[in-house]
Amino acid sequence: MKLKFAEEKFFKILMIGATMTVLAFVVSIIYSILSKGWGAMSWDMIFKLPGGGFYIGKEGGFLNAIAGSLYIVGASAALGLLVSIPVVFYLNIYLKRRSRLAYVARIAYDVLFGIPSIVYGAFGFTIMIYFGLKTSLLGGIIVITLLIIPIFIRSMDEVARQLPREIIDASYSLGATRLETIRVALRQIAPGIATATLLSVGRAIGDAAGVMFTAGYTDSIPTSLSQPAATLPLAVFFQLSSPIKEVQDRAYAAALVLTIIVLLLSILGRYITNRFSKHKLK
Amino acid sequence: MMLARVAKDKAAGGIMFTLTLLSMVLVVVMGVGLYLKSAPVLAEYSLGDLLLSSSWKPMRGEFGFLPFVMGTIWVTVIAIAMAVPVSLLTAIYLTEYARPAIRKYVFPALDILAALPSVIYGVWGTLLIVPFISERLAPRFVEFSTGYTMLAGGIVLGVMILPLLVSLFIELITSVPGELREASISLGATRWQTTKKVVVRNVFPGLMAAVVLAVSRALGETIAVLMVCGNLPEIPRSIFDACYPIPALIANNYGEMLSLPRYEAALMFAALLLFIVVLLFNLISRVILYRIEKTFF
Repeated sequence: MKLKFAEEKFFKILMIGATMTVLAFVVSIIYSILSKGWGAMSWDMIFKLPGGGFYIGKEGGFLNAIAGSLYIVGASAALGLLVSIPVVFYLNIYLKRRSRLAYVARIAYDVLFGIPSIVYGAFGFTIMIYFGLKTSLLGGIIVITLLIIPIFIRSMDEVARQLPREIIDASYSLGATRLETIRVALRQIAPGIATATLLSVGRAIGDAAGVMFTAGYTDSIPTSLSQPAATLPLAVFFQLSSPIKEVQDRAYAAALVLTIIVLLLSILGRYITNRFSKHKLK
Repeated sequence: MMLARVAKDKAAGGIMFTLTLLSMVLVVVMGVGLYLKSAPVLAEYSLGDLLLSSSWKPMRGEFGFLPFVMGTIWVTVIAIAMAVPVSLLTAIYLTEYARPAIRKYVFPALDILAALPSVIYGVWGTLLIVPFISERLAPRFVEFSTGYTMLAGGIVLGVMILPLLVSLFIELITSVPGELREASISLGATRWQTTKKVVVRNVFPGLMAAVVLAVSRALGETIAVLMVCGNLPEIPRSIFDACYPIPALIANNYGEMLSLPRYEAALMFAALLLFIVVLLFNLISRVILYRIEKTFF
């Protein structure tokens, strides 16, 4: 009889233990990146390009990688939004709730979302060879755009699916077309879309495998689409594999910058949802 | 005027339909593209030779993928074996037991874990996990280990898939109607008995689907695993051996392979392999998850 209470206690302790373990991992990761990165951090790192002999521990910073990452992700996010926003509204407003196409489309995007970025990289590389492109900013933008579209669509669709049916019906009953109804819907889910965008951008900026063969790596900031571009994740990766301690330290500094960017995007995303939801009907 | 509005509506619909179709077709284009690129190596060697041979000498034209396949499978198995119990217990705790105040602290922590890029996990792995294995853990079992091992890959990967698993599990568990729990509690069952025999049993197929989804995520993880798993093209014999998963193989050899068309085809075959497995796993689990979503809502 009392066995079930013992079992209850046992599993409750186990569960609290598991939750503590998860929290411990978060603290350990953030702490190790912060403590290692902070020591190597300086303004030079963020605002200077790699100088001569940077990779044997001489002076300079990784502005090239920060700029490259921002260029690629900025352009990809803009292109990705151009495709994803119409798709999301098509799925949720134009198509009926039980539409076969919408079902298949959602599964297709889920699958695309699940495909590893290294496969995107390999595929992007074949496209680039097909069009005769070398590793370049453009190549990186193409791959990251392909990679970010399913992430955008999937996360925005989640938001759009919570649109109250009544609002759409009310808009139709006033004689609005579906296209005009989108404007009404947009007001409802704009904060959600903003959040989804920021979180997706955060994922894209940290992706290393996709840009590895497509964007290349360089010590300068690209001035045209056909020049190669460095990226932050690759800056971390390459510098960490160096045997020289000073260079490794810079990898930690770059890791810290990347972590801060990603966490800022994440926090900003949550803040927008919480703060700007006043138009939302519950 | 009226007509212009309707025409605009139709035109926009057409454009949106095209965009939707084009972006969906990307799955097919990707598969075909990778297949065409790997065709030379598929024409020359049988599938069995490629997958079951363990001799990897690209310069001599020997492409045995077995070490990489085994490396991928083992790292994934270790990751899943560690992550599933922890994330299931955490998910149950957060949904069935924890007070809202606790959730308020744990959810943002999970968000952070989900947001961190894989290269950061790799850095963390080299800073903490690798030294821990080579200095503390491995000496108790084997004579020498660099720490860059299958186990390190598995641990890092396990932590990486934690947030995905926890959020999928939580979604499934909260989809179980409260009445079922109340009925069970009113019959004198404890909370854990209710969880075990009512809640978990109800969503069991969904939990399995979530695990399959996590497996497919783990299979393709590249940079973090590459940084900690040692990368030796041999079949690992223990968890303290280095291993070389497929994504790491592709990432490490991309630059040099251009000179050898057959080598490139072999690496494309590796990407195709990854693509097909992930595609299948994703399809199966998503279809199951959609079914479950329909039964409860």
